[in-house]
Amino acid sequence: MAAEMEPPPLGDAGQTDFREIEDGEGFFVSTVTTLESPEPSSPDPPSMPAEGISTNGPKQEDISLDDDPEDLFAEATEEVSLDSPEREPILSDGPSPAITPVTPTAMLTPRMGLGTAEMFERSLDEIEEDDSGDTFDMHIAVSDPEKVGDGMNAYMGYKVTTKTSMTIFSKNETTVRRRFSDFLGLHSKLASRYLHIGYIVPPAPEKSIVGMTKVKVGKEDLSSAEFVEKRRSALERYLMRTVKHPILLKDPDVMMFLESSELPRAVSTQALSGAGILRMVNKAADAVNKMTIKMNESDAWFEEKHQQFENLDLQLRKLHASVECLVCHRKELSVNTASFAKSAAMLGNSEDHTALSRALSQLAEVEEKIDQLHQDQAYADFYLFSELLGDYVRLITAVKGVFDHRMKTWSKWQDTQLLLQKKREAESKLQFANKPDKLQQAQDEIKEEIEELEGKVQQGEKDFELISKTIRKEVSRFEKERVKDFKVVIIKYLESLVQTQQQLIKYWEAFLPEAKAIA
Amino acid sequence: MWLTHVVLCQGLDDGPDFLSEEDRGPRAVNVDLQTDATLQVDISDALSERDKVKFTVHTKSTLPNFKQNEFSVVRQHEEFIWLHDSFVENEEYAGYIIPPAPPRPDFDASREKLQKLGEGEGSMTKEEFTKMKQELEAEYLAIFKKTVAMHEVFLCRVAAHPVLRKDLNFHVFLEYNQDLSVRGKNKREKMEDFFKNVVKSADGVLVAGVKDVDDFFEHEKTFLLEYHNRVKDASAKSDRMIRSHKSAADDINRIASTLYTLGTQDSTDVCKFFLKVSELFEKTRKIEARVAADEDLKLADLLKYYLRESQAAKDLLYRRGRALVDYENANKALDRARAKNKDVLQAETSQQVCCQKFEKISESAKQELIDFKTRRVAAFRKNLVELAELELKHAKGNLQLLQSCLGVLKGDT
Repeated sequence: MAAEMEPPPLGDAGQTDFREIEDGEGFFVSTVTTLESPEPSSPDPPSMPAEGISTNGPKQEDISLDDDPEDLFAEATEEVSLDSPEREPILSDGPSPAITPVTPTAMLTPRMGLGTAEMFERSLDEIEEDDSGDTFDMHIAVSDPEKVGDGMNAYMGYKVTTKTSMTIFSKNETTVRRRFSDFLGLHSKLASRYLHIGYIVPPAPEKSIVGMTKVKVGKEDLSSAEFVEKRRSALERYLMRTVKHPILLKDPDVMMFLESSELPRAVSTQALSGAGILRMVNKAADAVNKMTIKMNESDAWFEEKHQQFENLDLQLRKLHASVECLVCHRKELSVNTASFAKSAAMLGNSEDHTALSRALSQLAEVEEKIDQLHQDQAYADFYLFSELLGDYVRLITAVKGVFDHRMKTWSKWQDTQLLLQKKREAESKLQFANKPDKLQQAQDEIKEEIEELEGKVQQGEKDFELISKTIRKEVSRFEKERVKDFKVVIIKYLESLVQTQQQLIKYWEAFLPEAKAIA
Repeated sequence: MWLTHVVLCQGLDDGPDFLSEEDRGPRAVNVDLQTDATLQVDISDALSERDKVKFTVHTKSTLPNFKQNEFSVVRQHEEFIWLHDSFVENEEYAGYIIPPAPPRPDFDASREKLQKLGEGEGSMTKEEFTKMKQELEAEYLAIFKKTVAMHEVFLCRVAAHPVLRKDLNFHVFLEYNQDLSVRGKNKREKMEDFFKNVVKSADGVLVAGVKDVDDFFEHEKTFLLEYHNRVKDASAKSDRMIRSHKSAADDINRIASTLYTLGTQDSTDVCKFFLKVSELFEKTRKIEARVAADEDLKLADLLKYYLRESQAAKDLLYRRGRALVDYENANKALDRARAKNKDVLQAETSQQVCCQKFEKISESAKQELIDFKTRRVAAFRKNLVELAELELKHAKGNLQLLQSCLGVLKGDT
């Protein structure tokens, strides 16, 4: 049954044993009736279809905060846009790329933005190199976003450069070009392979209708430039997190992603493909499952960790929302300061006392520099603090997903045991059947079934123990990473604040004598 | 509901230190006045009741007009307005810049916020509630101090003016220790005022169109018009800027709270970081709020005050312009009367009166406008210097906090 429902994913290297077969014996799938839900899905790893779908970052958080655990379909469905721009290419052979080089990000991202974003990420790797005893030495950069193609079929191509000294890679430095759906495709494969056996697969960056449409339409203003930069940075962080995972690093798809020059189009990431619809169905099934599984938790560790992650999730979301507010207000402050600076300059012009007029003009200049400062600080707020929090909110969703998979594994095991029990009862009832000629045949059949089920029960138990063990390891690794990440980012963030204050001091110290000089 | 008793005498201020040291005492914030032993006025105390504020006006004087050398009375906002209006309506003072009336004490916004806080008490933690309550109370106190300062500035300006300080109404205001029974204007009077203003503006346009023979006044007219508009714009923009600043400080407050919760919940190494940074942000937020408050005081209030003063100066020019037009009309009437040889004496007297009025206004107006410039330059200088010094002080404070926290955190890793 499972084989019929799931078309083979495109571009898969081959059928591995780790295919997603959660709907397995079909116990609960039939209870799913409708697919309507007003809410876009929360940022869940089984990634969403074509780029033009789902709302962008900040709005997602709001909706997720309101996520009612009682809402069966909160995670179940995704908004489907019938204008999915990548439908056509399934039929055609892909656009012949007329590469329109987008103005390089360095110019678009105001002053500090791009440089700092990269700087911050590089330092994350440096720390990694320093302290680990193993040979993790790898740096991935995502750069040079270029618009390929035109109109609604256009997409953003990114350059992915991998620098490493590790021997599993064929070259020390590789550069390939990838597009957003490639990243999603990679994540989708990793998720389907590793999530259900307990590995925390880092979630891919989110899609955005608004952002991408603006870019496709060719609107080259500040907000679309910011969007591209935000995405570029997110893709880079995503890759770095993925390769830091020792198991994922060795996955052939990851290596192929980083090294091979051509990658088959990941069309199964689109909404209306068979795989996409199946994903939606599965998600709905999962939501229902979660509601009905009551697990006997024999291991206090899991109970405790689960609670911890719930708390962490709540607080991080709250913090993320506050930091986003801060970013917004700082940007506003920057704009208002600039406008005040202009106004002060005008006032200085009309002032007829020469010394005061000069001082007012100086004040205007100081305020103008300060507005720049505020803007730079807002960028730091965002790229350092806010994005890290956003990443972790999504990561924790992945962690929770892994816990859920464990529950599902347990549940499957229990169900198989129940079935076995039923078959055994049926077997003993057969003794009292009153059709002696068919009795032997029926008994043989049941014996076969029972043997099969016993095997399955054993497998189920083994699976459960394996996933529990894996999760323990994963959680401990995750926590270590989390501690490191936060420590590094907090220090970097404070340093940015220090820099701002130092600049402020410089500006006001320069102004003070001017003010005193008013005679 | 809210009874706040604020003592503003030197050193007895027990509220949060929102005004810097330089602002305490009788020296008004925005105006550089010479202290004169013969008449010193200040507001020594103030009480805020449900819908009104009671100011205690304290006078020290060696003038013989007063019965005592030192005395105090309690006055309300309407009585200040009454005094201001009596100046404006007095023809004798047409040639002076009438010190602008203090704005009405407006605690509505603050009260609303406090009320909303009270309603939302159930939805937040006890710490958050206490914190927000403290902040709102501090905000209320700041608005309160400001309104007191503005009423005081008005009185000090009057006391410093060589002619206005002798005004009888002013003395009554200072000395009469009963209620002045000045009721606020009723609806009809407010309507009258409204129409008067409309007529005045229209007239003002006409009058302004008349070219002045005197270069000084012509220049002042052009200058004041432009200056007034630009100050208005700068005042509005500075208000917006300061509001954003306050919002950002509020955000940091929330971030600090959440970090604290994270720190207490976390079982790993990073909890120390969270707690330390939460502590840091609590402190830096206070500084940021102070920065916004100081900018408000030194910059925004300065601009607002000179918006009002430049309007008062414009009013003076208008009165002079009106007198000039009257004078020219009287001249024309005299010429016509002489031509017809009818009512000549009457026309002559009328012309004399107009001439005198015009010349009197012109003479004092010139001095007033020169003084206005001197005051303005001095006030801007004082406030810009203080602004820069405060910004520096706060930035250095912030820097020190940040660096010390960084030092601790880096040492821990």
